Amino acid sequence: MLRVIGKRIALLIPTLFGLSILLFLWVRSLPGGPATALLGEKATPEAVARVNELYGFDRPLLTQYFTYIGKLLQGDFGVSTNTGRPVLEEFATRFPATIELTVVALIFAIGVGIPLGYLAARYYGRFVDHSSVVLSLIGITVPVFFLAFILKYLFAIQWPILPPDGRQDPRIDATHVTDFYVLDGLLTGEWDAAWDAFLHLILPGLALGTIPLAIIVRITRASVLEVQNADYVRTARAKGLLERTIRGRFVLRNAMLPVVTTIGLQLGLLISGAILTETVFAFNGIGRFLRDAIFGLDYPVLQGFIIFIAILYALINLIVDLSYSVIDPRVRVQ
Amino acid sequence: MSTVLPPAAGGSAAPTDPALDTGGGTGLWKDAFLRLRRNPQAIVGAIIIGLFLLVAALAPILAPYGGNDLPGRTSITPTSIPGPGEIDGFPLGLDRFGGDVLSKLIWGAQASLLIGVVSTTLGLAGGMLLGILSGGLGGWVDTVIMRFVDILLSIPSLLLAVSIAAVLGQSPYAIMIAIAVAQIPIFARLLRSSMLSQRGADYILAARTLGLSRSTITMSHLLPNSMGPLIVQATLTLATAVIDAAALSFLGLGGGLPQTAEWGRMLTYAQAELAVAPQLAFLPGACIVITALGFTLLGESLREALDPKTRRK
Amino acid sequence: MSNSGTPVRPRLVKKRAALTAGISIGALLLTGCVQSEREENTGAEGEGAVDSTFVFAASADPKSLDPAFASDGESFRVSRQIFEGLVGVKEGTPDPEPLLADSWEISEDGLSTTFTLKEGVKFHDGTDFNADAVCFNFDRWYNWTGLQQAPSVSPYYNDLFRGFADKPEEAIYESCEVNGDNEATVKLAKPFAGFIPALSLPAFAMQSPTALEQYKADEIGGSAESPEQSEYAKGHPVGTGPFKFESWDVGQQLDLSIFEDYWGEKGQITETIFRIIDDPQARRQALEAGTIDGYDLVAPADTQSLKDAGYNVVARDPFTILYLGFNHKIEQLANPQVREAIAHAIDKEALVNQTLPEGTKVATQFIPDVVDGYNEDVSTYDFDPEKAKELLAEAGYPDGFEIQFNYPTNISRPYMPTPEQVFTNLQAQLADVGITVTPTPAAWSPDYLDQIQGTEDHGLHLLGWTGDYNDTDNFIGVFFGQEKPEFGFNNPELFAALDEARGMSDRDEQTKAYEEINQQIAEFIPAIPLAHPAPSLAFNERVTSYPASPVNDEVFTNIELSK
Repeated sequence: MLRVIGKRIALLIPTLFGLSILLFLWVRSLPGGPATALLGEKATPEAVARVNELYGFDRPLLTQYFTYIGKLLQGDFGVSTNTGRPVLEEFATRFPATIELTVVALIFAIGVGIPLGYLAARYYGRFVDHSSVVLSLIGITVPVFFLAFILKYLFAIQWPILPPDGRQDPRIDATHVTDFYVLDGLLTGEWDAAWDAFLHLILPGLALGTIPLAIIVRITRASVLEVQNADYVRTARAKGLLERTIRGRFVLRNAMLPVVTTIGLQLGLLISGAILTETVFAFNGIGRFLRDAIFGLDYPVLQGFIIFIAILYALINLIVDLSYSVIDPRVRVQ
Repeated sequence: MSTVLPPAAGGSAAPTDPALDTGGGTGLWKDAFLRLRRNPQAIVGAIIIGLFLLVAALAPILAPYGGNDLPGRTSITPTSIPGPGEIDGFPLGLDRFGGDVLSKLIWGAQASLLIGVVSTTLGLAGGMLLGILSGGLGGWVDTVIMRFVDILLSIPSLLLAVSIAAVLGQSPYAIMIAIAVAQIPIFARLLRSSMLSQRGADYILAARTLGLSRSTITMSHLLPNSMGPLIVQATLTLATAVIDAAALSFLGLGGGLPQTAEWGRMLTYAQAELAVAPQLAFLPGACIVITALGFTLLGESLREALDPKTRRK
Repeated sequence: MSNSGTPVRPRLVKKRAALTAGISIGALLLTGCVQSEREENTGAEGEGAVDSTFVFAASADPKSLDPAFASDGESFRVSRQIFEGLVGVKEGTPDPEPLLADSWEISEDGLSTTFTLKEGVKFHDGTDFNADAVCFNFDRWYNWTGLQQAPSVSPYYNDLFRGFADKPEEAIYESCEVNGDNEATVKLAKPFAGFIPALSLPAFAMQSPTALEQYKADEIGGSAESPEQSEYAKGHPVGTGPFKFESWDVGQQLDLSIFEDYWGEKGQITETIFRIIDDPQARRQALEAGTIDGYDLVAPADTQSLKDAGYNVVARDPFTILYLGFNHKIEQLANPQVREAIAHAIDKEALVNQTLPEGTKVATQFIPDVVDGYNEDVSTYDFDPEKAKELLAEAGYPDGFEIQFNYPTNISRPYMPTPEQVFTNLQAQLADVGITVTPTPAAWSPDYLDQIQGTEDHGLHLLGWTGDYNDTDNFIGVFFGQEKPEFGFNNPELFAALDEARGMSDRDEQTKAYEEINQQIAEFIPAIPLAHPAPSLAFNERVTSYPASPVNDEVFTNIELSK
């Protein structure tokens, strides 16, 4: 097992190397030079030439690549062209917001999704089943930004019971220790600040949560369906165990494994969803920052983020693959 | 954005090669079809898709105006957009550019169909190519391809699509290609894992003992039997393509005329007028949801029909 | 976050610590104290029942808190609260008036200006504003080197003062002399008629020399790839303005508080918060939900419905120009008859009525009418599609032609709130005379700007400009002063005329020259001036007065609140 893990981590190196080449080439193949991005309406030809020279955009590609990779290896992800701050610093201040949001979204998705999926499987083919399936399907078919708009329109504008944007009311003077606003409020005893930050998480959390919710319902349902017909469940039943014991100890526990692994794989989906949700709710997290980076082609940010997320993803993938081989010995980790 | 579906519950480990089982009415596909006909979800899905295809095909006849026409250009001002029923000749009102909303919704079906079919086909083709090479050949080819697929999969699909669209510039094809490329790794991985789970099946062992060549086994046994999850995924991708196209439009990608009759585009521009003309957002939004729901219902039912586990019940 | 010298008001202290930093009990106790003091403080100040906190939605973070290194509207909006220049702007106009300088005298040759400074002015850090500070600022700009000189880093100094100390032959600035505490003389190497109005730009505001040095304002960029802001620009701006910097939660909000020792009127507002909301629709919703007091760049579609709902919508006097650009490198557009035909094909009235906000004026030339050199009698081209077709036929295109039309997407500029709609409208108008356009959209930055300004790959395009101050060169000199890829024409006569006018030291003579140039441009038709759109702001009902300025010189002390 350890050898497998070591091998996989070693494999990560060529992967990241390949990724860095792809990313580098991607930036250079973008239409329009980076120089004009920095200049705006008044760019004169001399100004463009001067910026190119100063920033080294006119050096040979290979030289530029080695400069780039050299810096990456030193942990220097560059400086955002949008904000003029180091990319890593930007990530550090914005990740807590997105993590907070994701946690709320996942709590909602899991809290609602697993019971719903379980009930659907238990009453397979009945009304509960059909309605939960249709509900979960609508969950995936509504474009997330559209859903976010509807939620905001209904619960922040028409019936203003929840805040429409941001992470905290601008008039609240909160002390920020960790940048997790709810946690900060609890740590410092500023209860109103914590409560306010929590209220700001509800609408975007619901919008973002519907995507994993739909998937969790479906996986739970499929998984419970499969397990409840498995031989060992039948054996248990034949042994005359209580139905409650069977469901609790055998069905639900065994059905949860794929559900847990699936949740792990939703990372990319959540990030994609966060880009859209945070934009609608002007929520200052990594998603909105990425959206700005996309709009302004802030390539140091995009490059840095993709590399970061690739490492994270590879680690999650490794864990999932390892768990596959634990669950199903027929699939060997290569 | 796009949905990474887990492989269909369990792998089929039937001792006989289901693809070769052509006798009587018990064939995998025929059986699935029969089961589909009895499934209300599948029927609802099929009706939606049928209507959608009909509208898309008959758009030139059904729509009062062309998709990009601006018949009401002179009737709009920055502060007023005539809504449904407020102006003669435009039953659903006008949009911000002076286009007829009804016509645009009808033409939009065509555009969505085109985006869905083209991007799914491209994604499926690319994914199958990689999947066959990887699952069929195994060894270092498999390793290299899967590394590449991992790289692509590790980038959130929306970000991947956006990155590709950024390079391609703003054109309607950019969106299709971007969505397709973002789907390739999903199809590739799905096909590979499906083939992997079939590789140990008895009928493959049997074929191998018979001395069939590797490529024959891959192409005529492994592949057909691994296609189930792919077909399901393709149906679902038709749905996600429609939604993804809307998301990419929302992020400002996609070319052509701003008034292009495309639901995602209409929804995107409607956001600026959400407060004064909410119908401009809700109508195309509803079209997207209903169409995507149709494809998803059908895809889901198909998955269930093909799934040996639920089949046995 | 605090500036040495001034006492920091405890209620605004914000603690920021790295993610990994542990939380000590001491810190907890400290914040506990802060908490209780804060509660006592609120409500005690302000005027009666007026909520003295003003929340304004900004569309983005400021790029830099050091205005000398900024050029974007949001940086300047914040700068105008924190900093003041020697020269200010007369309220409601684009014209200069004394601010930190009580008066100035210009020598006969126009090369030397002596400023008499306001007395008793202090920077937020407690240091005095005096002649030394003035010269320190001028010398700071002049002595920039390397990356600081990049046009993207210091755009305004580059544009207006041209050169730096290492290349004095290019520079307009020469030296600054301190004559006693309250008098400074600035010498220029070349005449520059726009010198005084230029000093009203936030980019040339007076900053505290002590703070600039302490927080290493000129240390930008650890890397050359993209410049990194200095400590100063990230969180220590110190000026003489009515508000001082408190904190900046990047992407979230920026807080300012009233400077107790401010020399002028302090007004009703004691705390200003800039809330960052990038989506225009979200800004409107925030106003409706009551989390903000106002926002800028109201979408044209929203003005009426906001008014109907009881909000105050304030339109600025237009100080903008939106034009339809021509790339003269394209065969058809190089033909003057075609350009004239297009001028006749466009119904500017209809365009304004159908796509641009209320208060927008139709444009006949490339400067708004309040700018010197505006020519009342300039040649105009009436909307006449038949004439346009005739001209096209004469030019050899009886059946029209096909041409690329570039426009930006997902952007709202003060001079172009909805580019897609302007494009759609023009496209339909051109189609009526037989000109078919190939729509070529691009994201604003960097794609669109690069395509238009850096390459020849464009045909017709939409672009414009918002004036910074009352200076004709700031409009037409920027557009047509030299050969540029944007227009691709070489008209030495026009270039020379603009160059000459720019250098004139006599204002009347210069105005006359610009009037002639405007006529010259109208005949040449390098592009078509479309409109002067008026940007609007929206406020909730408690804001009874807002000092709207055509050049955005809006200081929040002049805001009046009713509750």
